[in-house]
Amino acid sequence: MTKLDAKIPSGELSQKWSNRKFENKLVNPANRRKHKIIVVGTGLAGASAAASLGEMGYHVDALTIHDSARRAHSIAAQGGINAAKNYKNDGDSVYRLFYDTVKGGDYRSREANVHRLAELSGNIIDQCVAQGVPFARDYGGLLDNRSFGGAQVSRTFYARGQTGQQLLLGAYAALMRQVENKNVRMLPRREMLDLVVIDGKARGVVARNLLTGEIESYEADAVLLCTGGYGNVFYLSTNAKNSNATAAWRCHKRGAYFANPCYTQIHPTCIPVSGDHQSKLTLMSESLRNDGRVWVPKQKGDKRPANEIPEQDRDYYLERIYPSFGNLVPRDVASRNAKKVCDEGLGVGESGLAVYLDFSDAIKRDGEDTIRAKYGNLFQMYEKITAENPYKLPMRIFPAVHYTMGGLWVDYNLMSTIPGLFVLGEANFSDHGANRLGASALMQGLADGYFVAPYSVGNYIGATKMEKVDTNHEAFKTAAAESIGLNDKMIAAKGSQTVDQIHRKLGKIMWDKCGMARNKEGLEEALREIPKLKEEFKNDLAVPGDGSDINQELEKAWRLGDFLELGELMCRDALNREESCGGHFREEHQTPENEALRDDENYCYVAAWEHKGEGQAQELHKEELKFENVKLTQRSYK
Amino acid sequence: MNLTLKVWRQKSDKDKGRFVEYKLNDVSPDVSFLEMLDVLNQDIIHQGHDPIAFDHDCREGICGSCSMVINGSAHGPDKATTTCQLHMRRFKDGEVIHVEPFRAKAFPIHKDLMVDRSAFDRIQQAGGYVSVNTGNAPDANAIPVSKEYSDMAFDAAACIGCGACVASCKNASAMLFVSAKVSHLSLLPQGAPEKHERVLKMVAQMDKEGFGNCTVTGACEAACPKEITLENIARMNREFLGGFAVKRK
Repeated sequence: MTKLDAKIPSGELSQKWSNRKFENKLVNPANRRKHKIIVVGTGLAGASAAASLGEMGYHVDALTIHDSARRAHSIAAQGGINAAKNYKNDGDSVYRLFYDTVKGGDYRSREANVHRLAELSGNIIDQCVAQGVPFARDYGGLLDNRSFGGAQVSRTFYARGQTGQQLLLGAYAALMRQVENKNVRMLPRREMLDLVVIDGKARGVVARNLLTGEIESYEADAVLLCTGGYGNVFYLSTNAKNSNATAAWRCHKRGAYFANPCYTQIHPTCIPVSGDHQSKLTLMSESLRNDGRVWVPKQKGDKRPANEIPEQDRDYYLERIYPSFGNLVPRDVASRNAKKVCDEGLGVGESGLAVYLDFSDAIKRDGEDTIRAKYGNLFQMYEKITAENPYKLPMRIFPAVHYTMGGLWVDYNLMSTIPGLFVLGEANFSDHGANRLGASALMQGLADGYFVAPYSVGNYIGATKMEKVDTNHEAFKTAAAESIGLNDKMIAAKGSQTVDQIHRKLGKIMWDKCGMARNKEGLEEALREIPKLKEEFKNDLAVPGDGSDINQELEKAWRLGDFLELGELMCRDALNREESCGGHFREEHQTPENEALRDDENYCYVAAWEHKGEGQAQELHKEELKFENVKLTQRSYK
Repeated sequence: MNLTLKVWRQKSDKDKGRFVEYKLNDVSPDVSFLEMLDVLNQDIIHQGHDPIAFDHDCREGICGSCSMVINGSAHGPDKATTTCQLHMRRFKDGEVIHVEPFRAKAFPIHKDLMVDRSAFDRIQQAGGYVSVNTGNAPDANAIPVSKEYSDMAFDAAACIGCGACVASCKNASAMLFVSAKVSHLSLLPQGAPEKHERVLKMVAQMDKEGFGNCTVTGACEAACPKEITLENIARMNREFLGGFAVKRK
């Protein structure tokens, strides 16, 4: 086991980022155009990085699996984006946002990274407003805020229920401007299948052109991976159908360590599963918990319709257990409590796997119009999916897989263990610890892309001597041949199960055994079942067609192949971590009040796993987490 | 419920394409239209055939990927609804459903129901942005924006770039899309300095891509899943005239 060096800058917490920016090597403007950078993925992190690097004068190749950069799944983020602007004059500050995020992450994130994130949060809002992002405003024409879980101040900026789309359209517009200026070349409908490492440095990627089936090679001086999270390991999640971990996983196999894979965020407010053919789950924004009250009937088996259950027969369990945060406890706490009441038989709806999110008090207080103005599109979406009117009946909600805090290990400069490979946004692991607070994903993606990567990448290029390489290099040819070989094997299997059939099986194993609650026995079972499933995938997979044109089943197949391996590592990581923290809840480790019980003495570290070769167990490396500013305590939202 | 599906199948833009009939039994009324197609595709694969290709991603009605014409309507019969948010309870038992790709000269067909909408990206590249580099922004509250204008800009910015407006227009015009983009930025003080240049460039690119002209029949507005209104087209026309009048080069 090697000690990982996070390259945290010296100095006081609040000076670290300034110090690092000053220490960084620079590349002068005339030299920037001699360097090429590849950005993979064009969500908030990727689009903002590609645009910003293009503006600086670098040549950027931006790859996306979508037909347009605007469709990345950042687009679906609903609720908002945090920033320590303190426009509400309610006691917010950079330090408070930093503190809330470290605490919300259950003390498993890196202090220096989180502080930088909080410092940059205000710049993001400025940048987005300047781009024309239509954030909500009050009648004086100034920006409005709302509250999100895990905070007692209002620091969340929002654009109705589609903050993600508006922020992404801003970043996308900036990116399109750089395409027009010829600084960025857009490569849509390309999926990265391998990272090319030459002389120990990331020097390019191999990608499949999803329209022609061709395997293409692209060389560069640095590669930025902005490919999002891996929630689709679970098959059913709030991720988009095409969200996947292939690019990240293949980087892992080329030498990038994978950190904290077991940290999965199960979002408390999603529309419950309705049937066997369900293809994905739909989130109802956390912002709804500003006005919605969560409850279940006090009596088991109370089958009365929600509006006929009188006040005294309802248990507003979050308000009862957590009087100071009430319905706005962090996501992991809200999800675990929903699971607990359902396990006790108090769940509602046909399956008993749901709780109520009730707006009747808010509607009585503020009127239906006010509620419609705040959440109209969310209510409409709920009604479309469930055919129930949430203005009249409380919503039924249940937790669902939403976000993955784990990801490729990066140092303070966002560089992975492969020099020249940077990882941004949800794809890295660094800022959210074991649980992400609401409205912080958009903040992190944009901080990484607009304000961190431009400095870090410049420093790397300025400080690194590099030979010129082109795509005729042997390493490109080998990587391309390996990708083609892998795809051909999947097509050649001609088995009896479709990709979806096997993926659903993996999803069930992961949800049952590595989901909201985990235990040793279940995880060991999962680690016996997944290898069997991998055999089924190898021998019994049915992929129609060939590799020579559009083949969406083949795309799903290679993604599933990587999910199977990643799922196994998630279970191994969950088994290794003999404590509960944030989204990782080991049933063996809980307080008498059923809260997550950390073991700071033995597990206050980042678990970074190294790939050791096909069929071999990954090796664990540890990065000790040092808390010099925040005191580690039992998280309390009571 | 039992359904008959007539789905447009076309191998590539070089292939002629035709409707292929599929019978579906026991479809749950609670599944979405795309989930119904998922089920059909599973059957097709088990029979050893090539499944129906279609674009889709978020399945929450916001990414704008899904793009089919169902019984003659872009995104199907429901108002303000994308295909992924359309549920089978909207159809009757025994119904025959025709499914086609978005059809327009500027949207060539890739395969089956998948089309090429990159023309939209190129229109955006022509001027659909505010020229502000990263790091150049003043404090977000330095320029107040009246709530009224901010809300109008938002209504235009809600466009998801799906192309239903083009698919439902008899002229395959992209005016609703382009006008939404133009309106969003020209209504805000941040977008005002470039408003003349922007509209001229975007309209020029729109014409170059081969989209038809607008005859204000409003089919686009009726089909738009995000309820973008014709008012935006009026605003764009005014901006265009203004831009044309002050044009110096």
